[in-house]
Amino acid sequence: MKARHQRLLLIAAALVALGLVAVLVFSALKENVAFFHSPADIEAGKAPKDRIFRVGGLVETGSLRRQEDGVSVSFIVTDSVARIPVHYKGILPNLFSEGKGVVAQGRLTDDGVFVAQEVLAKHDENYMPPEAAQALQKAHDSGIGNQKAKD
Amino acid sequence: MMPLTHIYKFAAPAAFYPLAGRLIPWFWGLAALFGAIGLWLGLAVAPTDFQQGEGYRIIFVHVGASWMSMFIYLVMAFWAAIGLAFNTRLSGMMAAALAPTGALFAFISLWTGALWGKPMWGTWWVWDARLTSELILLFLYVGFIALTHAIDDPRRADRAGAVLALVGVVNIPIIYFSVKWWNTLHQGASVSLTRSPSMAAIMLWSMMLCALAMWMYTIAVSLIRVRGIILERERHTNWVKALLLELNP
Repeated sequence: MKARHQRLLLIAAALVALGLVAVLVFSALKENVAFFHSPADIEAGKAPKDRIFRVGGLVETGSLRRQEDGVSVSFIVTDSVARIPVHYKGILPNLFSEGKGVVAQGRLTDDGVFVAQEVLAKHDENYMPPEAAQALQKAHDSGIGNQKAKD
Repeated sequence: MMPLTHIYKFAAPAAFYPLAGRLIPWFWGLAALFGAIGLWLGLAVAPTDFQQGEGYRIIFVHVGASWMSMFIYLVMAFWAAIGLAFNTRLSGMMAAALAPTGALFAFISLWTGALWGKPMWGTWWVWDARLTSELILLFLYVGFIALTHAIDDPRRADRAGAVLALVGVVNIPIIYFSVKWWNTLHQGASVSLTRSPSMAAIMLWSMMLCALAMWMYTIAVSLIRVRGIILERERHTNWVKALLLELNP
């Protein structure tokens, strides 16, 4: 084997070792790298009790309530397994709406209500014109309608 | 037809220098062409988005810049490995020529991402896995540039830089797959090799053309930069002296 082939092999071996180290480190850190906990995690008691963390999921349709003062809101975050009620006082991002993704940062109180200090909107990776989105929604609704009619 | 091994002669800086000079105008032309069509399609023809309105149009700059920041690093690491293994002179020069453009695109990616994040997510910056690993990529580029410039002997500078570039390459799959491996505020990939894109066709075409324009731009400026590095490092050789004599008789 020539010297340059030996060096090439050495570089390849070093990269493989490095990759392995990275995989081990990140699988050990898996919980800590996560940006938010799901409502199911929280219900299972996996979320920290005495410090700030984030909860992420969808804003349940029909759950958004605005208080009299105009800046306090409450809504329910769901991952279709568990539901967490959230209280928040402040300005919501433009993309915040029912049925859409949300990430809230705050504390869980003893009565199971999540009091948020910051609410961020999490949007999905779909991009399309509004007409296409309406057509999809229509097709989806009529699909559900047909299903219900059959049942 | 020339045998394929013929291209190896361009590994010699003296042969690569004039070739690069001839290629540069073509890549500038392609960059301008793709950029003009891509931006026109993206800003004037493509429809608004159903949830983000007009604001989503920053995607035409943001995604291309992010892709280039990752891809340039892979190319840099490739040249670094070749240089370490085969002791070729041009490899280190190529890596050095690519780094500033990679850093530029990483910076643009972070900056346009912040401008996009504020109106859509409600924040300029969060420490989620995608954003943090892209920031580390910018630091890797800056570290590579600082390290190679801190060592006077170019061959030793190349070797030190190559080791840094290779160690850092582990970050690239972390950036790319971060949105899949962990839950992040950043959404998943709209375009991937394994499934059809979740974007309207016209939006996708604009984005691809803009990304292609950045690709062509990267090649053009890297060739200009590598020509400068070749002249600087080979200034004591006869062919550079002859070239300079030709320019300033």
